[in-house]
Amino acid sequence: MTSSTEEVERKPPLLRLESVRKHFGDNQVLRGLDLTVAEHEVVCLIGASGSGKSTLLRCVNLLETVDDGTVWFADRDISDPRVDADEIRREIGMVFQAYNLFPHLSVLDNITLAPRKLRGSGKADSEASAQELLERFGLADKAKAHPDSLSGGQQQRAALVRALAMRPRLLLLDEITSALDPELVGEVLDAIGELKAEGMTIVMATHEMGFARDVGDRVAFIDEGVVLEEGEPSTIFDSPSQPRTAAFLHRVAPH
Amino acid sequence: MSSTTAPLDWTPSDRQLERLAWQRARSRRRTTIALVSTVVVFGIAAIVIVSSPGWDRVQETFFNWGEAKSSLPEILRGFRTTIKMFLIAEVCILVVGLLVAFVRVAPAPGLAPVKLIAIIYTDVARGTPTLLVVYLIGFGLPALELQGIPTSTFVLGVMALTFSYGGYVAEVMRAGIQSVHPSQWASGRSLGLSYGQTLRHVVLPQAIRRVLPPLINDFASLQKDTALVASIGVFEAFRAAQVESAADFNYTPFVVAAIGYILLTVPIARFTDWLALRAVRREQGASA
Repeated sequence: MTSSTEEVERKPPLLRLESVRKHFGDNQVLRGLDLTVAEHEVVCLIGASGSGKSTLLRCVNLLETVDDGTVWFADRDISDPRVDADEIRREIGMVFQAYNLFPHLSVLDNITLAPRKLRGSGKADSEASAQELLERFGLADKAKAHPDSLSGGQQQRAALVRALAMRPRLLLLDEITSALDPELVGEVLDAIGELKAEGMTIVMATHEMGFARDVGDRVAFIDEGVVLEEGEPSTIFDSPSQPRTAAFLHRVAPH
Repeated sequence: MSSTTAPLDWTPSDRQLERLAWQRARSRRRTTIALVSTVVVFGIAAIVIVSSPGWDRVQETFFNWGEAKSSLPEILRGFRTTIKMFLIAEVCILVVGLLVAFVRVAPAPGLAPVKLIAIIYTDVARGTPTLLVVYLIGFGLPALELQGIPTSTFVLGVMALTFSYGGYVAEVMRAGIQSVHPSQWASGRSLGLSYGQTLRHVVLPQAIRRVLPPLINDFASLQKDTALVASIGVFEAFRAAQVESAADFNYTPFVVAAIGYILLTVPIARFTDWLALRAVRREQGASA
């Protein structure tokens, strides 16, 4: 994956955060955070709980409005209050830690809801492409099942398929393996690995350091609302330049 | 978390200031549109109503100030009975509704015959017009001339309303209890709480919070249906209005009574809104 780095740098960034600030009351969560993500790049956000990883992702998906700074998506300022958030969100998929599948709909209906309502896809079309995606992620026989009858790993893969069905240009993953049993984490991570192989642009908050090292093109360590340090996984994990990065890595994976 | 201690020590960028200015301008625009459209619509409605040909007669028949003033004391006296009646009925209805709901959700096989009775009761109570129940209990029961049957029309009226509304409330409660996730039962029982204790301390509090809006809906409906017991001779607000209206062949007393009923239900509606808001704040307050 290091071979693609040069190519990545020549392309214009798909996502660029410029001194983004966000606070909740007195709690400053993001404090002038900068981050750039190129097309086809997989960026892993690591950092302690409360460091601002989730808030960052939510700001990109416009689930939160930033208090200052700019979020550029494909050279468009999407943090401007004048933009149509729904239109932007169609281009940006998001998967949550708690799956957030709609419990009253079957897996298939969960997946086809947005394409049918927003892309104007026909029932047959959207179901055919949903079925295709389900097959690829090993859920072919679960189309008619309801979310509550699936395992956590199956639910999370279904949530991933739901986000992919809108054919997003950017995928945001918010600690999507954190609620899973350890033996189910692998199947979800494999799915992400496959997406990367297809060239999907992904920003993911994660506690899976091994995965970040293997699959991430770049790792960004978020600390107190800023990107304290970023770079290639091997650099960050093996020779971090910031003491706070080293301390964090030691805490999560003492060797 | 170290980030909580930091002061808000930044000055907004020009871009952010421009955004905020635009947002303020937008909110001013929206307020103006809301104000102007409201004034225009209400103004036109007022002009049309007041200038329409029959307005004098409408005002004389429904909004006669003198009639309103002279009928008010009697109607207020009626409302004392109305309020007393629905307060007592609400307590009885809650007791009946909860008991029936408990019976219907209880898993004990020995309760099967009681369950059947509970099902028949809810079907009958919800299927019978309240006015019909008021007649059956208000006139029918005393006609039996059995010992121990109350003769007070007030008590009979409360009994009729309790019978009718108990069915609705029982179903609302049952829906609420069943909407609580089975894992709550499991975690209650796993601590060693009995079935009844789990119901009382774990499931019911969550269920009631959820069914509060439909429950209050039923009670608002009940407050109005107290007027039905006027038909068996209870002197409450509607009956008072009838008497006052008949004296002068003027309908203003009914309008006065209607306003009274509305004033009684509005505080309850606001109270439920407040309760619902408080529940949301309590449960989500912890997370930012």
